[in-house]
Amino acid sequence: MPLLDIRGLKTHFKTDDGWLHAVDGVDIAIEAGQTVSVVGESGCGKSVTAKTVMKLIDMPPGKIVAGQVLWQGRDLVPLGSEEMQKIRAKEIAIIFQEPMTSLNPVFTIGEQIAESVRLHEGLSKRAALDRAVEMLKLVNIPTPQRRINDYPHQFSGGMRQRVMIAIALACNPKLVIADEPTTALDVTIQAQILELLQSLKDRFGMAVMLITHAMGVVAEVAQRVVVMYAGKVVEEASVGDLFARPLHPYTQGLIRSIPRLDTAAIHKVRLEAIPGTVPKLIEPAEGCRFAGRCKYVTPSCHAATPPLVEVRPGHKVACILHPAAP
Amino acid sequence: MSTTAATPLLQVKNLVKHFPIRSGLLQRVRDHVQAVDGVSFDLEAGETLGVVGESGCGKSTTGRCILRLIEPSSGEVWFEGRNVTTLDKDSLRAVAREMQIIFQDPYASLNPRMTVGAIIGEGLVIHQMAANAKEVEDRVAKLLQTVGLSPDYMRRYPHEFSGGQRQRIGIARALAVNPKLVICDEAVSALDVSIQAQVINLLEDLQQEFNLTYLFIAHDLSVVEHISRRVAVMYLGRIVEIAPSRELYTTPKHPYTEALLSAVPIPDPTVKRKRIVLQGDVPSPIHPPSGCHFHPRCARAQAQCKTEAPALRELAPGHTAACHFPN
Repeated sequence: MPLLDIRGLKTHFKTDDGWLHAVDGVDIAIEAGQTVSVVGESGCGKSVTAKTVMKLIDMPPGKIVAGQVLWQGRDLVPLGSEEMQKIRAKEIAIIFQEPMTSLNPVFTIGEQIAESVRLHEGLSKRAALDRAVEMLKLVNIPTPQRRINDYPHQFSGGMRQRVMIAIALACNPKLVIADEPTTALDVTIQAQILELLQSLKDRFGMAVMLITHAMGVVAEVAQRVVVMYAGKVVEEASVGDLFARPLHPYTQGLIRSIPRLDTAAIHKVRLEAIPGTVPKLIEPAEGCRFAGRCKYVTPSCHAATPPLVEVRPGHKVACILHPAAP
Repeated sequence: MSTTAATPLLQVKNLVKHFPIRSGLLQRVRDHVQAVDGVSFDLEAGETLGVVGESGCGKSTTGRCILRLIEPSSGEVWFEGRNVTTLDKDSLRAVAREMQIIFQDPYASLNPRMTVGAIIGEGLVIHQMAANAKEVEDRVAKLLQTVGLSPDYMRRYPHEFSGGQRQRIGIARALAVNPKLVICDEAVSALDVSIQAQVINLLEDLQQEFNLTYLFIAHDLSVVEHISRRVAVMYLGRIVEIAPSRELYTTPKHPYTEALLSAVPIPDPTVKRKRIVLQGDVPSPIHPPSGCHFHPRCARAQAQCKTEAPALRELAPGHTAACHFPN
């Protein structure tokens, strides 16, 4: 049984123009200890999927229209906020993109780490602060004894993201959802944070759901990759298969449209851009959502939405060019 | 100043910008942010020079000082044989027509109350480049087509467009006045990769068609490497290395360039590289480290690096670096 099993999830939002189908039938399974990367461009539904798992969607305007979020076999969708509170942080933790807005500016870093462990593990104030120091040491913040008394604004962007990781890991969760954790950081700081996440994962063995738009980050840290487009999963494979044999025309386009530092400078090739833009997701029509931008489009692509099917062991794709393996 | 054929289109000489930090009741100047600290480079007509570096390295301030959107503290900017830094307002306006800028945020850089036609046509009116309203409209229609948008869009407002389309509008606005130099300040950074590739290809096509010269400022090394003929790497207000883009990637001379390149994730899981992870953060540009600004984070630093700032010197043809102990 997977640790997290998202089945047929649909999260829609009510807008003035109608229902926005942000997440529209998503299946993602994560095994214990696995790193799964969910990749896609703005508006593909990757962050909404993560927030739905954590039940951090404002409802209304949001609504979980269909599907299940099975956490170790138990569906989280019907749970009330009190029961969810027990799962958040203790079992599933989340790290956001912008560490400045996700830390409370009026509490010290020590208090913010301690709050979570006192709440979930019932530690005394003293023991919780000791844990905070230990956590800061773990994420390589120098002089943690002193720094627990500092406020978020006294930390740099990279250091704040380390603090966020410390808070996320303080209760020893089984799954960490990292929502674009390095997007706001400079590339050398990104390298530090990715290295830190990897070493903590090796040490504690938690599963990681890494949400990102950067294919380079995916290639470096993920074991499995889920590609999302316009609210749907279009392809899922191991990281090796996905980059070696991308099957969905969107995945192929995504990989070819990135300038590559290792080869681009040497063979100045023209980038293969994907023409057009992402379709509007307000009450979308039936059919493949990538059809409007796809160079292999056929009339039947508009007729029905292709299901996500396994075409080779461990490699799933939602495209009529690739029928299910017999 | 000779104006022979060998004169570069743009020459930046020892450009410095220090922003004062004021505090207290009397708003006395307490300190300075040394945003740009002696930057020099040449730009040939028709070429693309990339400028890369992390947040706060001074790359955007350099771009803005060239256009005098920010007044430089000292140094010179020569454009086609004229010293831009000493021009009065009227002469500056004439030069400004030939030097345009495309900004990062396509949502913040277009006036939401103006139609797309008015935004693109504004420069034509200001610089009196069209005889009448009809001519402005014809020119705007042509510009929209050039950047891959429908001429019908000129009557619409910016909010009706996606990020990629807005960036095309920003490019059309810059091109409207027939510039020679276009400064692209993180022009594709806010765009999704599939859209980013469209805009990069468009910029490359336009360069061919109109013989444009680009100063391409960005933090994304892969994008800069792709679009530029030469690349300058900045760190804490100074250029640490300039080289042809292929050479910079294959044989970086400065240890900062080497670390920066090694930190860029490669979208290929079969490529395994040795990564140099720099320790710590970029120091504050208020009191940058003595000597070579990079020495506290440099694995190769010696006593000399703490006291003496290395000058840029040519280590291979067209390849200069500012390091006492280069590769």
